[in-house]
Amino acid sequence: MKPTDIQQPDYFHKVVDCQWACPAHTPVPEYIRMIAAGKYGDAYMVNWESNVFPGILGRTCDRPCEPACRRGRVEENNGEKPEPVAICRLKRVAADFKEDISGRIPKGPFKKNGKRIALIGAGPASLTVARDLAPLGYHIVLFDGDKRAGGMIRTQIPKFRLPESVIDEEVGYVLGMNVEFRSGQRIDSLKKVLQDKYDAVFVGTGAPRGRDLEIPGRTEAAKNIHIGIDWLSSVSFGHIDKIGKRVIVLGGGNTAMDCCRSAKRLGGADVKVIVRSGFEEMKASPWEKEDAEHEGIPILNFLVPKSFTHSGSKLTGVMFEKVKAEYDAKGRRRLVPTGEAEVHYECDDVLVAVGQENAFPWIERDIGLEFDDKWDMPVVDKVTMQSTLPHVFFGGDSAFGPKNIIWAVAHGHEAAISIDKLCNGEDIKQRPSPLVNLSSQKMGIHEWSYDNSISPDQRYKVPLKDQKIALKNIKVEVELGFDPKLALAEAQRCLNCDAQTVFAPKLCIECDACVDICPMDCITFTANAEEPDLRARLNAPALNKEQDLYVSTPLKTGRIMAKDEDVCLHCGLCAERCPTGAWDMQKSLIKMTHAGPGCRPNQQRKAA
Amino acid sequence: MTYLAKPLLHHPELHRNTLGYTRRDYEGKISTLCAGCGHDSISASIIQACWELDIEPHKVAKLSGIGCSSKTPDYFLGNSHGFNSVHGRMPSVVTGANLANRELLYLGVSGDGDSASIGLGQFAHCMRRGVNMVYIVENNGVYGLTKGQFSATADKGSKSKRGVVNADSPIDMVGLALQLGATYVARGFSGDKKQLVPLIKAAIEHRGVAFIDVVSPCIAFNNHAGSTKSYDYVREHNEAVNRLDFISSRDPLTADYEPGTITTITQHDGSVTPLRKLAPDFDATDRIKAMNYLQERAAAGEVVTGLLYVNPDADDMHAHLDTIEAPLNRLSERELCPGNVALEKINAALR
Repeated sequence: MKPTDIQQPDYFHKVVDCQWACPAHTPVPEYIRMIAAGKYGDAYMVNWESNVFPGILGRTCDRPCEPACRRGRVEENNGEKPEPVAICRLKRVAADFKEDISGRIPKGPFKKNGKRIALIGAGPASLTVARDLAPLGYHIVLFDGDKRAGGMIRTQIPKFRLPESVIDEEVGYVLGMNVEFRSGQRIDSLKKVLQDKYDAVFVGTGAPRGRDLEIPGRTEAAKNIHIGIDWLSSVSFGHIDKIGKRVIVLGGGNTAMDCCRSAKRLGGADVKVIVRSGFEEMKASPWEKEDAEHEGIPILNFLVPKSFTHSGSKLTGVMFEKVKAEYDAKGRRRLVPTGEAEVHYECDDVLVAVGQENAFPWIERDIGLEFDDKWDMPVVDKVTMQSTLPHVFFGGDSAFGPKNIIWAVAHGHEAAISIDKLCNGEDIKQRPSPLVNLSSQKMGIHEWSYDNSISPDQRYKVPLKDQKIALKNIKVEVELGFDPKLALAEAQRCLNCDAQTVFAPKLCIECDACVDICPMDCITFTANAEEPDLRARLNAPALNKEQDLYVSTPLKTGRIMAKDEDVCLHCGLCAERCPTGAWDMQKSLIKMTHAGPGCRPNQQRKAA
Repeated sequence: MTYLAKPLLHHPELHRNTLGYTRRDYEGKISTLCAGCGHDSISASIIQACWELDIEPHKVAKLSGIGCSSKTPDYFLGNSHGFNSVHGRMPSVVTGANLANRELLYLGVSGDGDSASIGLGQFAHCMRRGVNMVYIVENNGVYGLTKGQFSATADKGSKSKRGVVNADSPIDMVGLALQLGATYVARGFSGDKKQLVPLIKAAIEHRGVAFIDVVSPCIAFNNHAGSTKSYDYVREHNEAVNRLDFISSRDPLTADYEPGTITTITQHDGSVTPLRKLAPDFDATDRIKAMNYLQERAAAGEVVTGLLYVNPDADDMHAHLDTIEAPLNRLSERELCPGNVALEKINAALR
């Protein structure tokens, strides 16, 4: 293998699994250390810079960071249940306990640069674009059909998961940056918007249409059959405050979980979720399924709805066909009927949460903005977020279909960079690289500027509100959040993966001290070979191919040092045991470049 | 050293031996030796060897004297018996313990100061008697604990860290062991675990006294140019005469060898160890030739390593003394104190 080039910014970034997995690349270990130190405001700001909505995401994020978290891997075969660090809920801790940080949020008036940008839809994607561009002097005009900004964050997420006050605060920070918010102004023609000669237009209108279920009885019993996301937003706005006693929720995604838990709070005594697929394959996040089951909501699987039964216009129940999963040679799943008799479940109301769709009836097809034929979706560049109209950009669910808030934020950052470059006459295809800062953490002989003792604790559970109270009021937040003591204990489970093991081959005397002390058998000194061969020959074979091998240049004996990054605890014992300082623990602080002068190298060069 | 205890978390794929233990279960407390000390690699090799041999930790007694090396039994086999004796007196304590209970595996760990200076007499008699034990000398050529004076094994002409040249002749522990009747003699290097671990394993399987001299560089005081016990010097002058490819009774012998390069050693417990020859004119079963060979190579400045001598059919002290097989702690008072009648009989036999 070739020696690893640690100068390449992505190498150490990949070692910080959580940050690498986060679409917005939030420097997770950095803020977790701040939480452990009680510096909640600082932790909040680190988050705010990356993901704009720490308080909201700390309650609702789809947390791609957690399945990626190294802690889950190192606890394999070491304890009862391997679990990642509760990254998402620690983020909430930063938001809950921060001091007043409003002084640290940029506020206008900013020096105007004369450019006008229209943002359509005031959800997380647009708000991120606004946050990135407003302080640079752009005049931001934000349109939304609703009175208040927030988009799906406000309309679709039940209040028992996300209190209104948190939305108001974080959306408020963005709107406070001299953003012109044209509330209640639904855009029904992109053509008209383009006529207003904005320098750029960003579309962040989400995936607002809930998919319907066209099976017999749908029209007859329409009165008691509701589209999940529409029903949730009606609940959110207070237009709906009750539901029948027996409720069936159809669908297995996170919307279905929100629907069933909301129904339980609005008078549904007997609420069940019924899904086509198997329980394991459901789209909902495992923790959301857990939350629903915890509230006494059964989830029945392998049942395909065939018809709504009714007497007159009154819904009486749903008929289901029993199916089982069969896999073909390629591993693709097919649901085939078991041949058993159809089953009938009685109910008073049905909530249909079987998916969301994009809808662009307001975008004219003759303005030069291309749609693909297959899905009727706008053609959008995956990196620049640019449509086929050079100054029209898309982001969030409206770009590539339903995802989640953190992806919308990531899209927003990218679109803001594109818009900023476009308005400055730069090539938007040239993307800025992140800022990487590598600094030794050594403070003394056995002293590091991070806490390198490894906590053996299992993941801590977030305390919940008493269910008797929580299930009575749809506005009472279920999760109480970690208190500072629990937060500290959970924060200590973080392995500080950004404290990198940096190896200096010239200093190594091959004494094996690091090999002997490494608790995870990560380090091997051996003859070099091609990667597959080397991976098999290490002290502990490196089977996880997604994790890199760190390979040194040849040492004095001709051997190389090969370190498997997979289950390194970043405990720094290799560096403490090294007699020559060939190992050092260096923090890799990786900051993504956002819109602004940093993303415009050509302009910087000119100025210089 | 480090202040932190080694984290308990271990590699998810870490194997278990037939007793259900992982290698980590054979570890001891965290080492307080200097960073990079060769002794820590020897501890790691002992851990590896005991794990691979499925040794029950409670059936091991580790004994030592005084010195850096003699601290190390605290850093391996944390669930075994241990005894830290007076300086240089480890061999007597092992001899006594072995007489009282022959069922334990005795692991004596000592250093060049402990065994070649203050304890040289003890060392000699332990070898002579053939106490059934593994005797490991962690040999770094200096007194590390007292800031790096030459020890008795430092080579004549080698330089101290301050540049002083050693004028005294070295004591060759391997030569002494051979001469005094040790039935398993080997030399290893802390920087080569692939060689060292099989040497320790075969020593454990050996009946009789098994002596291993392990060159173990002292990072703090004896790892400079001019030292003959530094990592660089030993690597440059290491002449391995053979390689043990230890195979326990569980694994069949499958490796492919060049014809004529391999012999097998079958020890008293039935374990078969293939011995791969590296030096064509070296024979590890011929004590006299081995002694000559070692002298020749030492005169040429080489550090000869590998299995230097083994007598697979050796007896031990118990056979020489015709002692009772059961450990004394399992005998009843009647057997241990047979009374006046028995005493009279013995006395009569001696008249």
